[in-house]
Amino acid sequence: MRDLSLAAAPETRPRAPGAPRPARLGWLVPAVITGGLIPAASLALAAARGALGANPVAEVMNQLGILTLALLVASLAATPLKIVTGWTWPIRIRKTLGLLAFAYACAHFLVYAAVDQGLDLAAVADDIAERPFIFVGVAALLLLIPLAVTSTARMMKRLGNARWKRIHRMAYLAAALGVVHFVMRVKKDVTEPAIYGTVLGALLLVRIVDWARRRYGNR
Amino acid sequence: MPKLPRPPPAREITPEPLYLRRREFLKSGALFAGTASAMGAGLIALSGGSRATPPPAASALPDLPPSAVPPGAPGSAASARSPFSTDEPPTPFGDVTTYNNFYELGLDKGDPAENAATLHPRPWTVELAGEIKTPRRVDIDTLLGWFAPEERIYRMRCVEAWSMVIPWLGFPLGDLIRRLEPTSRAKYISFTTLFDQQQLPGQRNPVLEWPYVEGLRLDEAMHPLAMLAVGLYGKALPGQNGAPLRLVVPWKYGFKGIKSIVRIALTEQRPRATWNEAAPTEYGFYANVNPAVPHPRWSQATERRIGDFGRRPTLPFNGYAEEVASLYAGMDLRQNY
Repeated sequence: MRDLSLAAAPETRPRAPGAPRPARLGWLVPAVITGGLIPAASLALAAARGALGANPVAEVMNQLGILTLALLVASLAATPLKIVTGWTWPIRIRKTLGLLAFAYACAHFLVYAAVDQGLDLAAVADDIAERPFIFVGVAALLLLIPLAVTSTARMMKRLGNARWKRIHRMAYLAAALGVVHFVMRVKKDVTEPAIYGTVLGALLLVRIVDWARRRYGNR
Repeated sequence: MPKLPRPPPAREITPEPLYLRRREFLKSGALFAGTASAMGAGLIALSGGSRATPPPAASALPDLPPSAVPPGAPGSAASARSPFSTDEPPTPFGDVTTYNNFYELGLDKGDPAENAATLHPRPWTVELAGEIKTPRRVDIDTLLGWFAPEERIYRMRCVEAWSMVIPWLGFPLGDLIRRLEPTSRAKYISFTTLFDQQQLPGQRNPVLEWPYVEGLRLDEAMHPLAMLAVGLYGKALPGQNGAPLRLVVPWKYGFKGIKSIVRIALTEQRPRATWNEAAPTEYGFYANVNPAVPHPRWSQATERRIGDFGRRPTLPFNGYAEEVASLYAGMDLRQNY
C-alpha cells in the first residue's frame, strides 16, 4: 500500500533498499499550511468587517508581527523537539513553518510601508535610519530572505549540508532580533516579548547542550 | 420481473485501491482538519485576534445631573461653540470609549472599556491640599456645582503617535485654582489618581508605580485651555476615560491627562509625574507635543488620526502653539521635552 498523500505528490524516487517506509503523514504539511494561513484569513475578514477596533492599521501590524514571531519560534522548535523526544515529524514541518513566518514578516513590513507610512519611501528610510526599533525589525526581515531563498531541497543540496546549516543558524539571530523589536515597541509591559525570548533561549539551550554532548560527551 | 436500474457509468465507480483505503483516507482527513484548525485557533489566540470589543452606544452611559449639562452640549439645545473648540470632526464615540490607555484597568487598548465596571465614580471625594487657603476634602458633586460645565472640542495627541478629536465637558482648571486661593508659595499643581486595587485592579500589576501622579507648572495650569473634564459627548465620563474627574491639557501628550483624580495639591516643588519617573529619557515632565523631538524609539513627526488610514503631520503643541508657545519662551524644548 502506498503512502496516501493529500498533496498527491507521487513518490518519484524509489526508496533505497532497506530504507524505512516513510511514515504516513502526508496530511501534516498541508495541515500546517492551512492552519498557518487561517489567522491571515481571519484577520482579513475582521478588517473587511471593520472589527479591528479604533486603530485597525496598528492592530493588523501587531497581529502580523506576533504571528511572525510565533511561527519563527515554532520552526526553531522543530530540531530541539526532535533532540528531546526523538520524533521526526517536527523536521517535516520545519521548512513550512519557517516559510510561513517569512510570509507574515513580509506582510507585516508591507502593511507598515504601504498603509502605515502610505508608501512614503523617504519616511520609511528615515524611520529605518533613525529609529532603532524599526531598524532592528528590518534587520530581522532581511536576515530571513536568504533563509527563505535557500529553503528548497535543491538549494540545500547545492550548498551542502554543513554550509546550509551554518546559514540557517541565522534564524536564531532573526528571531532574537524579532524579540528585541517587540521589546522596544511596547511602552512598558514586556511580559509578552519576554515569553518569546524565554522560549527562544530554552530552544537554543537544548541545541547547545546537545552539541556539547556530541562534542565532548559519551558517543 | 422488475427491471434492474442501469449500472453507474464506469467513471463513477470508485477504483478498488482507493475503496480499500477509505478508512485511511478518512483518518488522514480528520487529522488534517484537526491539526489545521487547532493550529489556526492557537495562532489566532496568541496574536490577540480573538478579542474584539463591540463599541458601546452613547445611550448606555448615565446622563450627567441636569445642572451639569451645558446648553451647548450635544443633545441639548444648541448654543455658541466655545472659541477654544476645533471645528475638526470629532472621533466617533465608540472609538473614544474603547481605545484607551488606562493601565489601572488593563494594559490593552480595549481592556479599560471591558473592565470599567469595577470603577465606581460615586460616591467620590476629592482632597484639595497643599499651598491653598483652606485645604479640605469635597464631595465630587459639590465640586461640580461650583462651575458651569462647558463643551470644548479638543485634539488629543497620544505619545504613541495617534490622535483623536474629543468633545469634552468640563471647566477650566484655572477657575478651580482661583477658587482655592493659592498661597504665594504655590508654584506647581499636582494630581493623584485613586489608589484602590478593587476598583482599579490593574494597580495589582507593578508595571508603573501606583497611584498615577501628574503635575503642571502653575502658569500652565492657569492657561485657559487647561481643563478638568467631567464628561464627553454630553454624557458623564465613562470609567475608561477617567471618571469622574480627569485632566485635559490639549497641547501635551495624552499621558499628562491624569484620570480618576482624588487629590489636587498646589506645591512649591515640582511634583512627581509617573511616566517621567518610569522612563525619564523617554517621557519628560513637560511632555509638550513636539514633532521635532522624537521619542527615542519612534518618530513624533506624524500621527494617525483615529479613523484615518494614513498619517498626518503632527503640529507643534498639537496645533495650540499660538495660544501656549509663549509659556515656554526662552526654554530649550529639546532639553525640556
